[in-house]
This record gives sequence, C-alpha cells and structure tokens, in this order.
Amino acid sequence: MNNNEIIPWFILLNPLITAVLILFVFRKNHGTAATVSTMSAFFGLVGSLCAFTLAPTHTLVLWIDIPGLQIPIGVQLDHLSQVMLLVVTGIGFLVHLYSTVYMEHDESKARFFGHLSLFMFSMLGIVLADNFAMMFIFWELVGVSSYLLIGHWFTRDAAGKAANKAFMMNRIGDFGFMLGILMLWSTAGTVTFKGLEAATGTLTTNPMFLTAAILLVFCGAMGKSAQFPLHTWLPDAMEGPTPVSALIHAATMVAAGVFMLARIAFLIGLSPAAALIIAWIGAITSILAALMATQQDDIKRILAYSTLSQLGYMVMAIGLAPDPSGGPAMFHLFTHAFFKALLFLGAGAVIHALHHEQDIWKMGGLSKHMPKTTVTFAIGTAALTGFPLLAGFWSKDSILAAASEKSTPLYIIGLCVAVLTAFYMTRLFVVAFLGKPRTEAAHHGHDCPARMTVPLLILAVLSVIAGFVPEKWFFSAHQHFHWNIAIPATIAFAVGTAIAFKIYSGKDKDPIRVSAFRNKFYLDEIYGAIVAGTQDVLAYIANAVDSLISGIVRLAGMAAWGVGFLFRLLQFGNVQGYSFVFGLGVVGLIWFVVFK
Amino acid sequence: MTVLNFIVLLPILNAIAIACGAPARKSALLSAWTQLALTIVAMCGYRGGFAYGSTWAVAPEWGLNLTFGADGLALVMLLLTAIVTVAAVWVTPKIEKRENLFYACVLLISGGAAGAFASVDMFFFYAFHELALIPTFLLIGIWGQGERQVAAWKITIYLAVGSMILLVGLAKLYLAFPEGARTFDMIEMTKARHLIPAAEQGGIYIWLLVGFGVLISLFPFHSWAAPAYAAAPTPAAMLHAGVLKKFGLYGLIRIAVPLLPEGAKVWMNLLLVLLVANILYIGLVTIAQKKLDWMLGYSSVMHMGYIFLGIAAGNAIGITGASLLMLGHGLSIAALFAMCGYLRQTSPSLAFTSLGGIAKKAPFLGYAFGMAAFASIGLPGFANFASEAMVFFGAFKAGPAATLDFSSIQLATVCGLWGVVISAVYMLRAYRQIFQGEPQANVAAFKDPSCSIKWSVILLLAALMVGGLWPKSMLNFIQPSVEALIGK
Repeated sequence: MNNNEIIPWFILLNPLITAVLILFVFRKNHGTAATVSTMSAFFGLVGSLCAFTLAPTHTLVLWIDIPGLQIPIGVQLDHLSQVMLLVVTGIGFLVHLYSTVYMEHDESKARFFGHLSLFMFSMLGIVLADNFAMMFIFWELVGVSSYLLIGHWFTRDAAGKAANKAFMMNRIGDFGFMLGILMLWSTAGTVTFKGLEAATGTLTTNPMFLTAAILLVFCGAMGKSAQFPLHTWLPDAMEGPTPVSALIHAATMVAAGVFMLARIAFLIGLSPAAALIIAWIGAITSILAALMATQQDDIKRILAYSTLSQLGYMVMAIGLAPDPSGGPAMFHLFTHAFFKALLFLGAGAVIHALHHEQDIWKMGGLSKHMPKTTVTFAIGTAALTGFPLLAGFWSKDSILAAASEKSTPLYIIGLCVAVLTAFYMTRLFVVAFLGKPRTEAAHHGHDCPARMTVPLLILAVLSVIAGFVPEKWFFSAHQHFHWNIAIPATIAFAVGTAIAFKIYSGKDKDPIRVSAFRNKFYLDEIYGAIVAGTQDVLAYIANAVDSLISGIVRLAGMAAWGVGFLFRLLQFGNVQGYSFVFGLGVVGLIWFVVFK
Repeated sequence: MTVLNFIVLLPILNAIAIACGAPARKSALLSAWTQLALTIVAMCGYRGGFAYGSTWAVAPEWGLNLTFGADGLALVMLLLTAIVTVAAVWVTPKIEKRENLFYACVLLISGGAAGAFASVDMFFFYAFHELALIPTFLLIGIWGQGERQVAAWKITIYLAVGSMILLVGLAKLYLAFPEGARTFDMIEMTKARHLIPAAEQGGIYIWLLVGFGVLISLFPFHSWAAPAYAAAPTPAAMLHAGVLKKFGLYGLIRIAVPLLPEGAKVWMNLLLVLLVANILYIGLVTIAQKKLDWMLGYSSVMHMGYIFLGIAAGNAIGITGASLLMLGHGLSIAALFAMCGYLRQTSPSLAFTSLGGIAKKAPFLGYAFGMAAFASIGLPGFANFASEAMVFFGAFKAGPAATLDFSSIQLATVCGLWGVVISAVYMLRAYRQIFQGEPQANVAAFKDPSCSIKWSVILLLAALMVGGLWPKSMLNFIQPSVEALIGK
C-alpha cells in the first residue's frame, strides 16, 4: 500500500476507532473523551489536507462477494470527495473544539463525544464511498448517529420525539433510495458509480425506467437533505445540542443528499425529466422554508429554516446544472457550510451566555456585551444574505446564473428567496443584537472563552474568502462573471435588508403575524392527521382482524380435533398430554410408510 | 463418532443427567459452552461438502438410517443454536420449582434443534424437531406466566397440527420417488431430484409449505406465536423464536427448494401474498401492540416474511440472504427476549405506558436494547442488514430488468422495503416509551441487570456484529451449500 491508499483509509477509520475507544473505554472519563475525540478530528483534518494533494485513487475490499452480487467497501478519492473531505473534517474539527467548552458541564459528555466521532465516521464513509450500497450503509449510520445526537438529552420528551421523527422521515426517504438502487443494479449489474457510468448505454434503453430510478434515489436525498415534503424533521432536530446543529444539521449531514446527487450527476444528466422535477422540488423547498423562516422566534429555528431554504437552492442547482465536478450546487454547499456553521456556533454562544434562552424577542442589545460574537455573526449573516464579494454572493450568483439560463420561473423563485433570506436574517440580527436588552439575561451577555470564539473567528474568515477558491474545484467548464445576474441579486439583498431594518429596528414585539408561516403551513398537523388516519387506523383494524383469525382458528381446531375431549382427558401442564400429541406424529409417519 | 455427534448428544445426555439430579445450572452452563466450543471446532475444521458424516442403520430396506452430516448451512444453524443456548441458560433466573426439570427442558430444546440441523435423514430431521417441541410445551405450561396453560395448549395443538401436515407432505415426497429409488437420505434425494415428476410437485409443495409454514408462523397460521412467547419463560422464548422456529425455514431451503422447483412455481403467487401479509399486515398488528412482549412476538412473526421473500426469490442471492437472515434474526430476537425477560422480572408490567426513562436508571440496558432493536430493524453493522439487503437484491433480480412493469416478486420486494419503515415505527416508538424520557416513579429503583444477563446479551450482540461487519465469515459457509442445493 502506498500513501494514496493509506491516507483515505486512515481518514475513514480514525473516527471509528476513536468512537469505539470512547464508548467502551473512556465512557466514564469525560475529560479524556473530549480530548481524544478532538485530537482525532484534528488528525482527520490533517489527513484530508494531505489527501487533497493526492492523485485520484480508488481502492476496495469486497464486503459481500457471492456469484451475482458484489458489494465492495471502497474509497473513491477524486475531486468531489477531496473537497467534501475538507468541509467535513474542517468544520468537524472546529465544532469539536467548540464543544469542549459548550458541553463542559454536561453529565454525559463522554457519550456526546463518542457519538460525535461515530457521526464523523459515518459521514466520511458517505463522502468516500465508491458505490451505492456502501453509500447506503453509511447513509443509515449517519441516520443513527443523528438520532443519537438529537436525542442526546433523551430525558426531555421533545428530544426523544424529535430524534424519532428525524429517523422516520429519513427511513421513508430511504425506502425510495433502496428501491432506486435495486432498479439501477438489476439493470446495470453493478452498484459502483464507475460501473454505472460505464453502463449508461444499457440504462438509457428505457428512459421512463431511468427517470423513475433516479427520482427514487432522489427520495433518499429528500430525506437526508430535508426537501419538501420530507423536511419537517429538520427544525425539530434543533432539540439537539447546538454544536450538533451546526455540524450535522447545517453544514455536513444535511448536505449529504446534495453530495450524493452530485456523485450521480452523470445519471441525472441522462434524464431531463428527472432533472426538472429535482429542480422544482428544490425550488419549492427553498421558497416555502424562506417564508416559514420569516415568522419564527427561536434563534435556532430561524437558522434551521434558513438551512432548509439553502438546501433547496442546492438541490435546485443540481437539477439545473448536473455537473460531475459538483457545479454551482457543490460550490454553494461549500460556502454555505462555513457561514451556516458560523451562524449556528454564534447562536450557540448567545444561548450559552444567556443561560439557554433561545427566543430572539427576549434578547436585544447583545452587540454591547458580546462584541466578538456580534461581529462574527454579522459576517455570517452578510455572507448568507449575499452581501457583495462575500462567500454566499459568489455561489448564489452561480446558481442564479444557471437558473436564468434554463428556466425563468425558477430564476424568479431564486430571486424571491434571495429577498426573503436577506429579510429574515436581518430581522434576526436587528432583534437579537441591536436595540436595547429586553430581559435581565440579555443584560448579562458576555463573550465566551477562547476555545469557543476561535472557531467563530476562523469560520468568519472563511465566510469572507471561501468564494474565491479556484473555479476548477467545482466546475468542469470555465465560468463567466454575470453582471446581469449580480446586479439583480444585489438589489434583492438590498431590498430584503432594507425592509427588515425598517420594520424591525427598535421594536419589542413582532409587528407582523402571518399564522400560516408561523405554523409551518400546518404541515406537522397535516402529517399527524395522515398518520392517525391511515397507519393508526389500519393498525387498529389489523389488530382486530387478528383477534378474529385467532378465534376462528381456535374454533376450527376444536371442531377438527375434538379438543374439548382432549382438554378433559389430559391434565394441563402434564407431560403425558404433550407427549401424546407428539406421539401422534410418529404413529402417523409409520402408518404412512408401512400402509401406503 | 464425530464432533457432530457430540454436538447433538451432549445437550441431550446432559438433559438426562440433570433430570436425574446433576447440579442443574452448573451442568447446563458447562454443556452449553462445550456445545459452542465444539461447534466452533467443527466450523474451523470444515472443508466443504457434507462433513462429519456418520450413520447407523435403522430400517435400510426403507432407506431409513440415523445419519448425521453437516454442510456449511447446517454448521451456521448449529452455531446459532449453540450461541442462543449459552445465552438462554445464562440468563435463566433462579427457578423456584423443579429447577432440574427446567434446565433439562432447556437443554433438550437445544439438543433437538441441533439434532434436526445435523440430520441428513429426513425422518430424524423431523423427529428431532418434535423432540424439541415437547420441552417447549412443558416450559410454557409449567414455568410460564399469565395465561400460560391456554398458551401452552394453543401452541401444542397448533404445532402438532402443523407437524402432521408436514408429515403428510414428507410422506408424499418420499412416495413420489419411484420404487427402488425411495430413501430418507436428503443428500441422495437431492441427487435424484429429477425422478420426481414435475406434475406431482405442486401437490407435494403445498403440504410442505403449509406444514413448515405453521411452524414458522406464516400468515394466516401465526396466531399461536405472540401469546406463546408472551407466556413462555425467557429461555424458552429465546430458544423457540431464535432457533426452533428456524427449523421450518431450514426445511424449506433443505427440502422444498432443491427438490420441488416446479412446485414452487405453482404456488409462487400464493406464497408472495402470504409473505407480504406477514410483512405489512403483521407489521400493522405489531404497531397496535401495547405491551413489549406481545410486540416482540409479533415483530418476530413479521420478520419471517423477509426470510420467505429470500426463499421465494429462488436464486442464490436470495436464498443465501435468507439463510444469513435466519442467523441474524435468531440472535437479535434472542437478545430482545432476554432483555424483555429482565424487564418482566423487575417491573410491575410490560405495558409501554407504565414504563419510561429506564435508560437513565440502567444505561447498559438502554444501550444494549437500542443495539438489539436497531439490529432487528435492519441497521448496517448487524447481520440483519447484510442479509436483508441480499434478500432484497435477490428478490428484485428474480424479476425482469429495465422495465417499470414489475413482476409479482418485485412488487413483493417493494412491499418488503416498506416493511422496513413499519418496523422502525414500532421499534423506535417502543424504545422511546420504555427507555427515554424522565424515569417514572415505578422504575425509580430500576438497576442494570446482573453480569450473567449482561454478558449473554453482549455475546449475542457481538455475534450479530461479526455477521454484519464481516458477512463473508458466514457467507463462506452458507454460499457453497446453497449453490449445491439449487444446483448451479
């Protein structure tokens, strides 16, 4: 084995070993657990930096190998995975560092770090996977680690429920994902991405079939990347600790769906119908989520809806421009990871300082007491809303350019989302950080210790410069700068920001009330009614029918075998009774053999 | 005498010794561990084909002999038997009445199951299973809880009827061979399978399907399962759901699949309907359960549907997956019943509403139950995922490629995939209600179980993980045997 082969395997296995070590050896030793986990995340980052310079490689071992079915566990180190490795390990390390302070007094700190390392392992498995089956395996493991981390404070009822909901929504998506994999495999005879790429000739013989298969695989992404209508779990997932929200439910795991779609961009490119549907699902998610975000009061939920909206952007971009190098979608995933992680960690710093207050209307005036947090949060907000020359500006620009080329309605939706993004983020910033403190807690805000602020500063710098990476990181063709896109986008930013300033500065409560937005279009209630109306009713009926079957069988049994007679003849719990019934069998056999 | 003979004889002789007054728990534990060690020795020494053969003539003129021998598939089933036996003996709590008889019964189930899996002769294959059923009935009837005698009689009569239907099927199969070629030797039968007229296969297959189906709790012959497992003492539930129920599936793979391929085609659509009912309908019934033991009983019934799906696929991928799933399901349901038994001992009720917050009081139990639950709903890392995936791959491949006009088995596969969602619904809900949340008042004094329960659960989970992380370890045994059976 040479470096090219060892480094990717090291990156993959390092967090697994750490997780096992923490969960089995250091589970009572909280300080050690945190240190080991953070060190391991750091080594992962170093490994990813080394891997970035490596030539593309591909190694595998066969996990299942029987005639007709080969499932490898293999790493595919190429451009797409190299960039994604940097995002996952980079933000992963910063979040680990931040968590050492944020979770300092948690009574289950070791468990937290163990699960965090387990998550890193699962996520890196998705990134490095060279085939669908392996990706599905790690996909499920990411689901488990997310379940564990959302439910970290499982004694709270809401946390347990949110963890369940996240897992279930993902399972529903994975139903489609697995079916899509089966369809592609049965036709192409392989699950590896390289093999599928080579088999495009076979796959395109039936375009309807291919479209259906791609859309089913996309269902998996709809679950993981929380696309409408499977998006409702993500806001609830904010019940988890804030560092988890930053790492998993903003920067990395929820981006896995987008990453998967980028991995199979070569397939999506073969089916324009599938690409169009994917783009529209993304667009619908992004506009609905942006509307919901405008009326939320919980700082983490606003950011969660913003994440949904931005994920919708990325999915739309995949549908518009399926580029095997990633295209605008991966570019936006890359920049978004930095500024959204920054915003979440900033929110975490606020929540930490305010003793777990999350309502923005109970904050206010934080800029005076928490200058570092405020400045970094402002940079994150500016980057997200598309302030010219910051990271989000460039990636959003490339998405809008793709939209304007392909579809005017999607371009208009994209611009509307840009206005709304600027609006709700400015609302959040104005209400929470500017003006006067509205509660006692907000008076006593303070900046957090260095291990919490250093990650904020690093992420703030990255949020400024991430847009300037070489374009060959994400694009196979040369990109032009579009004035005709940049100007409307900047106007959208300015309009949204200005309106929010005008409405919200100096206000003590929300002057606008749109109950449909505030109540998430009542989708949770609707889903609850659907589950109660179908599954629960069916389960009730099935259970009743089953009692009936049981009764019928009993009657039939009594009639046919004269059980009433046997019951009287044999004593309950009696050896002879049971042996007698058994003996009938042997007698029957002898009768058959001898007399038949 | 080969190592295989010892694997079968050891638990039976020990059962007799214990019944005669040998120290019960110690002898049983020693026997179980020795059985496991011998099984591992047998697996290490296995070099392909049918190994460790030995035979004693009983009625040679009918082709009836007491013949033992094991291929890779049989060895994996023997491994399952041995592991679950160790765990079942180990978790047994203090028995108040007739302790010696209790342990003798437990070992007898194990011996009967091992005998069935190690038998090459069809008659003894059947007889060993019957031998294992008697102590099962006794354990439920004498040491069970709740409506134990009703449940014991229900399972007795139900399984006796199933056994007799099976017997008719086996007899018909024996007689389907032309005179002179008749034998009970299953290896010989497989070699001479072309002698069975294709037209008669359907008539034999349905008897076997119903007969084995009753033993496996195939819909609609499943209603014995949940009440019996709820009433059974923990080791009996573990051994029956984990091991003995696999006898029927093993029989289908060993007898019906290789000998009656034409018969399988005749009844394919019926089987698909029944197995989808096992997955979807029983899945819904499982969701409606309000007590842990009943829910686990029904979930075990539901998971039989996946194994049937692999068998219905009829190809090497599906049947290999089904075989591995027998191992995975057996280990995971045994672990779940072991922990359920501990909860029953320590809690006033197993109703979900009366439990809550146990994970805080008993972190080990919270973790271990979570792992077993995740294993049973098919999470990667455990044998169940690898095998269910193979079942799905095999079943889907049994239909046409590159078309949206799915064949019936592909539609059944789609239903099976939805079943994975259903199983997550009931398992996670149960886990949340029992383990998460603030500890309720009536579990205030709840503690983690004793070492013996802990380690037996760890043993089961570790075996599940070996099969899940490194499925090749088991597939190397199963796959050549399956290839030999289906003749490719």
